[in-house]
Amino acid sequence: MNETQIQLDNITRTYQVGEEKVHALDNVNLRIEAGDYLSIMGPSGSGKSTLLNVIGLLDRPDTGNYFLNDTAVTSLTEEQQAKIRQQTIGFIFQSFHLVPRLTAAENIELPMLLAGIAPTERKQRVEKVLHNTGLSDRANHRPDQLSGGQRQRVAIARATIMQPQILLADEPTGNLDRKSGEEIIEVLETLNTQGISLLIVTHDPELGRRASREIKMIDGKIQSELHNKQSP
Amino acid sequence: MLLKDFIKLTLFSLISHRMRSILTAVGIAIGIAAVVLLTSIGEGLHQYVMGEFSQFGSNIISVQPGTTQTHGGNVAALSTTRPLALEDGEALKKIPQIVAVNSVVQGNAEVEGNARQRRTTIYGVGPQSPIVFEFYPAIGKFLPDDNTASPRPYAVLGSKVRDELFGDINPLGKLIRIGGNRFRVIGVMESKGQILGIDLDDSVNIPTARAMELFNRNGLMEIQVKYTPGANVDEVIASMKRVLIAKHGREDFTIVTQDQMLEVLNSILNVLTFAVGALGGISLFVGGIGVLTIMSIAVNERVSEIGLFRALGAPKNQILLIFLGEAVLLSALGGMFGLLLGVGGAQLLGFAIPALPVYTPWSFVFFAEATAILIGLLAGVLPARRAANLDPIDALRTE
Ligand SMILES: Nc1ncnc2c1ncn2[C@@H]1O[C@H](COP(=O)(O)OP(=O)(O)OP(=O)(O)O)[C@@H](O)[C@H]1O
Ligand SMILES: [Mg+2]
Repeated sequence: MNETQIQLDNITRTYQVGEEKVHALDNVNLRIEAGDYLSIMGPSGSGKSTLLNVIGLLDRPDTGNYFLNDTAVTSLTEEQQAKIRQQTIGFIFQSFHLVPRLTAAENIELPMLLAGIAPTERKQRVEKVLHNTGLSDRANHRPDQLSGGQRQRVAIARATIMQPQILLADEPTGNLDRKSGEEIIEVLETLNTQGISLLIVTHDPELGRRASREIKMIDGKIQSELHNKQSP
Repeated sequence: MLLKDFIKLTLFSLISHRMRSILTAVGIAIGIAAVVLLTSIGEGLHQYVMGEFSQFGSNIISVQPGTTQTHGGNVAALSTTRPLALEDGEALKKIPQIVAVNSVVQGNAEVEGNARQRRTTIYGVGPQSPIVFEFYPAIGKFLPDDNTASPRPYAVLGSKVRDELFGDINPLGKLIRIGGNRFRVIGVMESKGQILGIDLDDSVNIPTARAMELFNRNGLMEIQVKYTPGANVDEVIASMKRVLIAKHGREDFTIVTQDQMLEVLNSILNVLTFAVGALGGISLFVGGIGVLTIMSIAVNERVSEIGLFRALGAPKNQILLIFLGEAVLLSALGGMFGLLLGVGGAQLLGFAIPALPVYTPWSFVFFAEATAILIGLLAGVLPARRAANLDPIDALRTE
């Protein structure tokens, strides 16, 4: 499993704020192999989210090259990028981003609905993932009837239902208590052991150390990278 | 996205805001109902007038003195125009496709009979007038086929004139005076009632030559001709022109077919229907503004959801379609409700006020629903475009 999945070459992303130019990403180079587990740490405003958004094709870099599975994705159209996002990338957010009027099962089903997958297959897949995540008895609950940990598990189920290769999690435990946070990280790590590449942005050094590659960002630059032994 | 899922998703968004969706749809419904109701009345009036008009009989061609090619002024008054004469009518009778000819002069005069008086319309007509108008005497006979130039002074009364002058007395054989001249009553027309405000029953028919004398006219006002059903109208007109030009030396008359008259009437009435429809359109416009407002609010409320959809792989176009779909569904449902309201209201109105003719053609129903959908599209396009063009990162950051 050491073929390059993500390659960022000299990626720069600047924001014009008034007169000033803010370098959210400043000449970032990064190579990620399939199945890698990265944590991204750094002070607030150091560009962690921006990095994730660029990798997730929600944001376009100003300069530099981004290869995803050997495709130069920066030059693709919005529609082509959306397709890749749909098939290859799963997002997990600090605030869960569940649709409040849909049940847990419907929230999980949503990406498949948007992708135009047939109802029978959708139903099968949702049932399976609900079972695997232990949410079967919560299937018909709305988000406001779920605990924070349960919500994030629904969000993870939704992010993985399209069987993506990469999971991007921006402070996935930020809104959770210690125990639920740990459970969530365990779910994500299990997915990683099954082969999915995992990128987690976190402020928690303890969580950061769990990743095999620990990246530290400052002022839009990757300042250092630590290689940890994978903890079981 | 599959069409079924698209509709379900869209419907679901509307249902999750049941109250405001219903209120917005009601706005469209009222607009559609107003348009349908008003155009139903307009169209009912249209059909009514056309129906009345065709009661004058069919397959009629009218000849009038003068030409209408010159604009302004009474062309008939020009000295070069020869008046239409009784002989012109006689000559037209020789055309094979022509069934009946009626030479007409019309005026008002005092009628005196049975020691009572009444001012009424006097029609100077030929003996074939009943054939042309399909309007026959109820008792007695119509004017006989006398010598056209000096017919006997006979009169056929309209049913109302008969009632006013003679009441229950049998008027046949009685003498009456019209403008001082004596006429003998030989018949009474069947009652036809009012047609387009003209009371045909309040009139007296006398021979054309007598009426010309009475009103001091040297020419006819009009010659009406009835042709055989199925005859080629253009051929009939050509024959008529030939005959009349032979007599007059030039074309100093105007030939108008009943179809042409109906066409003019029809287009006037169409404008009327359209005008009342446009009046109802104002409330439809207001309904459209309602959809625009609600869709703008919906986009604002769901910014973070839009960001999520983008992150889940929805391209801009899909976001656009989702919001357009909601706007269209909202107004389409409102439109259907409005159709029920409008058609039902029209039926009810027709039932409550039988004198008011209402008629809702199917084409109006389809047109109204199509308009509702179009309004949904127009009202939805701005908010939907805004939704599609949101920056997904900004959108995701919004709570
Ligand atoms: N839309 C924007 N307009 C202007 N500046 C922006 C915008 N988005 C991000 N930035 C700037 O880019 C820099 C990096 O932002 P980013 O959100 O990536 O930081 P972060 O490391 O995720 O911070 P945090 O830990 O607080 O989430 C910051 O200085 C931020 O102010
Ligand atoms: Mg961040």
